[in-house]
Parts: sequence; structure tokens; C-alpha cells
Amino acid sequence: MLALRAVVYRPAPPPEWKPRTDPAPLLPDPEPYRLLGTDAAAGVDPGLLLTLHAHLVRGRRFNTQATALTRQGRLAVYPSSTGQEACQVAAALALEERDWLFPSYRDTLAAVTRGIDPVQVLTLLRGDWHTGYDPREHRTAPLSTPLATQLPHAVGLAHAARLRGDDVVALALVGDGGTSEGDFHEALNFAAVWQAPVVFLVQNNGFAISVPLAKQTAAPSLAHKAVGYGMPGRLVDGNDAPAVHRVLSDAVARARRGGGPTLVEAVTYRLEAHTNADDATRYREEPEVEAWRAHDPVVLVERELTARGLLDEQRRRSVTEDAEAMAARLRERMNADAELDPMDLFGQVYAERTSQLREQAAHLRAELEAEGEAR
Amino acid sequence: MTTATSPAGAAAALLKPATMAQALQRAMRDAMAEDPTVHVLGEDVGTLGGVFRVTDGLAKEFGEDRCTDTPLAEAGILGTAVGMAMYGLRPVVEMQFDAFAYPAFEQLISHVSRMRNRTRGALPLPITVRVPYGGGIGGVEHHSDSSEAYYMATPGLHVVAPATVEDAYGLLRAAIASDDPVVFLEPKRLYWSKAAWSPEAPAAVEPIGRAVVRRSGRSATLITYGPSVPVCLEAAEAAVAEGWDLEVVDLRSLVPFDDATVCDSVRRTGRAVVVHESTGFGGPGGEIAARVTERCFHHLEAPVLRVAGFDIPYPPPMLERHHLPGVDRVLDAVARLQWEAES
Repeated sequence: MLALRAVVYRPAPPPEWKPRTDPAPLLPDPEPYRLLGTDAAAGVDPGLLLTLHAHLVRGRRFNTQATALTRQGRLAVYPSSTGQEACQVAAALALEERDWLFPSYRDTLAAVTRGIDPVQVLTLLRGDWHTGYDPREHRTAPLSTPLATQLPHAVGLAHAARLRGDDVVALALVGDGGTSEGDFHEALNFAAVWQAPVVFLVQNNGFAISVPLAKQTAAPSLAHKAVGYGMPGRLVDGNDAPAVHRVLSDAVARARRGGGPTLVEAVTYRLEAHTNADDATRYREEPEVEAWRAHDPVVLVERELTARGLLDEQRRRSVTEDAEAMAARLRERMNADAELDPMDLFGQVYAERTSQLREQAAHLRAELEAEGEAR
Repeated sequence: MTTATSPAGAAAALLKPATMAQALQRAMRDAMAEDPTVHVLGEDVGTLGGVFRVTDGLAKEFGEDRCTDTPLAEAGILGTAVGMAMYGLRPVVEMQFDAFAYPAFEQLISHVSRMRNRTRGALPLPITVRVPYGGGIGGVEHHSDSSEAYYMATPGLHVVAPATVEDAYGLLRAAIASDDPVVFLEPKRLYWSKAAWSPEAPAAVEPIGRAVVRRSGRSATLITYGPSVPVCLEAAEAAVAEGWDLEVVDLRSLVPFDDATVCDSVRRTGRAVVVHESTGFGGPGGEIAARVTERCFHHLEAPVLRVAGFDIPYPPPMLERHHLPGVDRVLDAVARLQWEAES
């Protein structure tokens, strides 16, 4: 009989493991950051409050005017940001001129607040080409229709700027639905690994078309997603304009001084339907909408200004008149028919037309000439 | 960021004859040395020098900021390249393997291909997307696809596939210099093909979009590109014994397509066979055959035939030789070109 010697198996201890980063400072506060209605509101600069107010009133008017233009058939579609104006205005105002903004299709107001001609901003939604402004001139990327795909662009641009020694920051906007996309994950991961000077602003407006946040994510908050990438996550009341401005300005400043990316979740609400093609009554109850209407970003700032005695009748009237004048100009210009040259279809597919496109352009030109002669 | 060393000194280290992989590496190195805005990025392109060593030495020579190992995420690689190009850089991205490029399709199709057009020329994107493609190296699943038809179907992209060491250099230089995005398909099984090549005086930069006649002949034209070019040249040599004098046209560029060179040849020979590894149904050959028929119908003695891969997902390595169009299959097609009609 073979005698087997008993072998005691002693596994070697695994190499020591420790977390790469302390997660605690990256975690968002449990409550969204607020200024208005708190003691800290007194510290907000009156000049900033007045600027935010003027832009919010203009923004609200822009939203109602653009919505009206869809009813008149002047815009193919308009995804309204009514209720979300504080996010849009603060996003544009938190940036320096040299910084870049990467908007999604709902962020027309951010682009307008950045100073781009409203008619140019609405070009995509009007159906008059896909982008109406020069992105380099305004340092604003084209409005992105595919969700979250513009986020890696922001990371790449910010990374390139840093490589070239420029202190340029990119701010990328995305909705709550967009955080489910793969590009959101890849963009945040690249940004954190590269420590790129980029800020991600998630406007959590409650719904991805009709799907509520609870069916979108199981994360404690969207800001919590940041810790998994190794960047700080910040929660802010998205209807509190000075609070959003403060949080974004801090994140932008941090990125500019080499501190890396930040993920900001602004908790807000889409008061209107997704677009005019959507029926919001099918997926939400009126009391919920009413509760958010009571937390209107324009009213919140007006209340603070009034309490401080900064908003007299004259000021209120001048802000309203300015917004009305903007709306009237927009209406008038949008009512003029766009002049489009069909030959532009071939103009910018490539730097130089291929022989295939030259043939097709000649074909269209002949068709147009025949049409002209028939007329 | 380190500074570039003298390209001439580094070039002397290249062996003659050179492989296609070396020519590609040299093209990137020369472009990077000449133009500080050229950046290479991708998975494993840095320290490892790429799984095929095509980016070998670039990180060491130009620094990790110019040749960057990225996180493993193709959409992220191409998406960040878009932003880099928006800021004035010329990114050259590597997709490592053909089928690994699919996660980047949305970036390629929704943004890269149309940014110039949607911004009315304000934002051209000079991005080169290098895709090692095609079969014949015994790769496991997802390592041997020929995906050129997808790229060809997307307006705004140039699609290029070199077949020779000289073209690998010349076309990659042209791709990097192009103000438009270029999908640069590198035939994996030609990476180690060699040619006498002078690294001191590399081949001229080839303008994208010109086909070339690799072998002149009078009996029929073989229209091909990429990894099928050597197959067609071999077939043409073997065909001499049958009394056929075959012309071989190497397209080099699928988009733009050089109708002039192709149709010139077919009008002279009166017969044409399109040869590629990609599937026949919905593949590039259908487009090419249709173009040739539309333009050369009255010169044709026979229908334009296609020799393509079968219409199957890329087969496992032990069966791929049955799938890939080889010399015999090309010669069979040539034999079917209605030669009896001549007598």
C-alpha cells in the first residue's frame, strides 16, 4: 500500500490591493446644491443675478417663440427647453470666450446665450441645412442629434487644447437618457484617464422622451456615476440659476488649472413635451408638472431679486421689452423663406468633388435648367 | 513631449527590402516629423508598437502625447479624434482589427463622414482611420472581415486599400495629408510582403483616387485591390499558358473610384472580372460591375463577372482557404468569359 504524505496547501497571499483613488471626495452631496432660498443666496453677486435674470427671461421668450414657429410650420420640430433655462444660460455664461461648448439638439438656448444668431442656431430645426453657424468662430460644436456622441468630441478637443498648451475648457451637455449610451461611458473614461479639461453637464429633466429616470438607471444619482471613472460628481438644483452657474464655474476653473474633468448632474424638469410630435399626457400626471412649475427657474431668480430690491418695475419692463424685441426679430426673420441653392448639395461632401459627384452635379444642374425653362 | 529625432538618421535603420508594415510605419514617422499636428492613437499603438508592430517606435521617438495608448474603446478612440481634429490636429487612429472597428461605426457614420458637409465646409475632419483588414492569416473569429462595402456606402469617406509596399507608404502619406477622413484598409496578409524599397527616397506620395495598371494585357481585365492584387497577378502569369493575356488593374482607392482607368482598360480588352475577398452579394464587386457595364456596354464581349468571398460570415481559419478567392477561382472565371463567342 502506498503511503501518501499529507500535503498542506498554503496559498501565497495575493499582492497587496488598495484603491487607486479615495472615492469619498468624488461622491456627490446627498442633496442638490442650492443657493436661492438659502442663507447663501445673499452672497450671490447682484450683477450676476441681474445678468442671469435677463438671459432667463429672454430664454423663456425664445422657447415660447420657437414653439409657436413649429405650429406655423416654420420649424420642422422644436425640442423646448422651457423649465430648463437655468441650465442652458448657466452653461453658456460659465465659459470664457476661448472655451468650447458641445450642445445636444435641445441646447439651442445655450448656443443663443453664447451669442450665436438665433436664426443660425435654429437652422438645423428649420431644415435649412444641418448647422447654421461656423463652429470655430463661436467655439460651439454643431447641435448633436445622436445622443452622447458629442461627448468624446469634447474630450478630444479639450485634450488637444491642453497638448497645444492652451488653457481652453470644453463643456459638454447631455440629457439623462444620453447617460445610458456607450459614448457617455467612453467619453467619461477617456476624460478621466487623460485628465482632460472637460466638464460634463447632465441635464436630468426626468424623461428620455417618455421613459422616466427610474427606468433609465439604477444609480443613486447620475452624479454618482462619476466616482466609477475617478472624477468628482456634483449634484445641483438645475432650476437654481446662480447655483448651476457656481457649480459649473467651479468645475470649469478646476479643469482650467489642470484638475481634470467633472460630472455635474443638474436636477431639472422638462415642462413641455419632448417635441411637438410628443404627447406628454401619456406618460406623466399633471400634479407632477404643477409641482415643477412652482419651482420655475425664472420665478426663483425674480423672487431673489425682488427680495433684494433689485428688480423694480422699470428694470422688469426693460428686460421684458428686450426679450419681446428679440422674439419679434426672430419671428420676422423666420417668416422669410430661406433661399437655398440645390447645387450646394454637392459642395461640401469632400474638399474636392469626386468624378462621381461631378457627374451627379451636372445631372442636377441640367434638371434645374430644364425646370427653369419649363417655368 | 519629446522632440523628433532626425528622420534621415532613423530611416537608415530600416532594412531593405522593406515590408509593407515597415513602409506604413515609415509613412507615419515621416508625417509626424514633418507636421507636429499629426498624432497617432489607438489601443496598443504606444509601448507595444501595435499588435502588428506598424506603429513600432513612434511613441519612443515622438513621445506618448504624439503616439498614445488609449483606453480600449473604439468609439472613444474615433470620437476623441473628432474633437482633436476640430482643434486643428491630424489624428491617425488604429482600429487594431477589422471587426473591432464596428463599435466606432456610429462616430464614423454620424460624425466623421459628414462633419464637413453639415458645417458647410467650416469643420473638415482630417482623420485617418487605419483598419487592418481581410483574411488569410489564420485569425480567429472577428479578425478577418472585409468591411469595405460598409465604408464605401458612406458619403464623405475616402476608402483606400494599398497592395504594394510603395503604395502603402505613398497612400498613407496622402491619407494623412488629406483634409477629408480616409478609411485606410491595410491588407493584413500583405503586412510581411516585401519589396526592394529605398527608405532613403521613399515612393512618391500618391494622390488618392487613381487606379493603376499593374500588368498590361489584351484578353481581359482583372479589376481588383488590396490583398487580391497579388492573387490576380499570379493568375495572370498562369493564364499565359492558356493563351490569355490578362490586364490587372489595382484600384488602390475604392472611394473616389477611378472610372477612367478602369473603363479605359475594359474598353481595350472587352472583358472584365472583379476580384475581391469581401462577400459578392452587396459587396464592392456589384457596384464595380454595374459601373463598368453602364459605361462600357458596347465594348463588352461578355458580362462582367465577379470572383468574391462566399456570402457567409467569415469562416474559421481551417476553412478560410475555401472561402478566399484564389488563383484557380480567378482562372475559372476568366474561362467563363464567353470566349467561344469570339470564334
